[in-house]
Amino acid sequence: MTTGAEQPPAVEPIPSAPAPAPEGSGNPNFTILPKDATDDSDGQLLEVAMGPQHPSTHGVFRMDVVLDGEKVVKLKPVFGYLHRNHEKIAENTTYLASMPYTDRLDYFCSLTNNWAYALSVEKLTGLQPPERAEYIRVITAELTRLVNHTCLIGFLLQDMGALGTPLMYAFREREWILDLFESLSGSRMMCNYMRFGGCRVDLPAGWLEQARKVVDSYPAFLDEFETLLTENEILVARTQGVGILPADLAVNASITGPMLRASGVNYDLRKVDKYGIYDRFDFRVPLGDHGDTFDRYMIRMLEMRESVKILDKALRDIPTGPIMDPKAKIRGFRPKAGEAYGRIEGPKGELGFYLISDGSPNPYRYRVRPPSLINLTILEDMCLGQDVADVVIILGSVDIVLGEVDR
Amino acid sequence: MLGEGIIKGMAETAKNFLGSYHDPERMVTVQFPEERLPAKEAARSFPFLVFDGQDAEKGLRCVACQICEKECPPQCIYITKSKDKKPDYVGKAQFYPAVFDIDISVCMSCQICVEVCPFEAIKMDNDVELSNTDRFGGLLLNKQLLAKPNSHFHKIHPTEADEVDGRLAAEKAKVEAKAKADAEAKAKAAAAGAAGAPAPKPAPKPPTPPPA
Repeated sequence: MTTGAEQPPAVEPIPSAPAPAPEGSGNPNFTILPKDATDDSDGQLLEVAMGPQHPSTHGVFRMDVVLDGEKVVKLKPVFGYLHRNHEKIAENTTYLASMPYTDRLDYFCSLTNNWAYALSVEKLTGLQPPERAEYIRVITAELTRLVNHTCLIGFLLQDMGALGTPLMYAFREREWILDLFESLSGSRMMCNYMRFGGCRVDLPAGWLEQARKVVDSYPAFLDEFETLLTENEILVARTQGVGILPADLAVNASITGPMLRASGVNYDLRKVDKYGIYDRFDFRVPLGDHGDTFDRYMIRMLEMRESVKILDKALRDIPTGPIMDPKAKIRGFRPKAGEAYGRIEGPKGELGFYLISDGSPNPYRYRVRPPSLINLTILEDMCLGQDVADVVIILGSVDIVLGEVDR
Repeated sequence: MLGEGIIKGMAETAKNFLGSYHDPERMVTVQFPEERLPAKEAARSFPFLVFDGQDAEKGLRCVACQICEKECPPQCIYITKSKDKKPDYVGKAQFYPAVFDIDISVCMSCQICVEVCPFEAIKMDNDVELSNTDRFGGLLLNKQLLAKPNSHFHKIHPTEADEVDGRLAAEKAKVEAKAKADAEAKAKAAAAGAAGAPAPKPAPKPPTPPPA
């Protein structure tokens, strides 16, 4: 029998095979897979790809979230699905021809995009828009801010599960403003209205009266909207203390716009830069205390009220006169060599265009500073430790438009 | 009280819902295919070519200068210049487009072609019902499909069309007045020469320069 004992067994056991389940530990056919040494999970985590076709991602945007039960352990924003090569296209076309492409960056706010681009080209060439054009720019930009913030709140509420009512109310009001944009520029969303040194066409007859009507009725709508939402217990419970963004982190991550102000940092380019004619308007910059989602919601509400104030004064004070700098020309536009960075306080944050000219009809370098993209970089820090349902709300409160994130 | 905010919100919704029954101001939608809102005067969809008079071939304002082709941001205009010339609205011989195609599946309705055109030849239409069963040929509009009379332009953008007509008429009047003055000066000089004056004849004036 000794020889038989020395012989190796006929079938060698696989070295990495799991130890058989101890007696009485459940189904003997089921074995737990061995843990991967490089994975930091303890076998309890679940990785979920939210998007790119998820209804709450505001476009083609993906979040790779690692979940421990309901809690977010890790979050990786993945974008680029809507990349359209905007900057490279702009470097290969004339200065004027990139103006309609800027409409398509943040397609909710085409007029502020136009303004930011026109402003940087004006800095490059030294063109000065006349008084009336400056007023038109302020009026259209503030109307754009109303559109953006109203719709954002509608979308945010939709992310919270209020399907329909708030968004429909927001879109109802937005329609009046889009009507104004259409009768002014010919298009509801892709306005392509501002030009280097002024605006494309003058205000049509009766536009100011129509705008006055919309602006006068807006505070009543905001009251209605706030009655509907602000005191709503569900909204308060879902947003307060969720997705807190501390002020120092916001500053370090170069967050701008309503998100930064919701964290309590007083930084508004309309006050800091005083571009255009914003030094003539008396308005306050609302600031948040906690930097949570509720503050970000409330900041937008308060900003809309300030925008209405600015619009009120601008519609009263708008002078008559030309709308284009006489030095500006449409055909054969060649700025002299140099560089310029123009920035404005867009509804989403600091929107800047950096241009380098080498004296040719095309810019040598064209760069957009997109507030949506930069505000999105902080998403993981706000979402860690939150429930997966809150991630959707936090993303909604960041206010992104994928056209601008991916460009 | 917990739930007060929700009840207030519900009341607001109810107000809106009931209001839509008695207040026409609160009815904000129309039943689209049957009911239509009037088009805005500035509304734009895709470009078309304006022609004067009755004959699209003869009255086309476009002189095939190809500026719009170069400036078009998505590069959707294709022009071939003609070999021969035909008179334009002031009577000057100009080229005309032998081929003028716009691919409206590429066009982004930005209106830059209209802005850069020095001849008021291309304008924006406001027709939006353009669905087609042929996605290649059907959306590539040629010269015959693009050409529309000036009266169509007047119908869709009356203010702008009046402005343009005024500008063109002023230009034409200027050219005609200049031609007349030149003819008179020439006749006068000829008369002075015929009177037997020994003074040398003034050099004949060059033809009228083309309108800018």
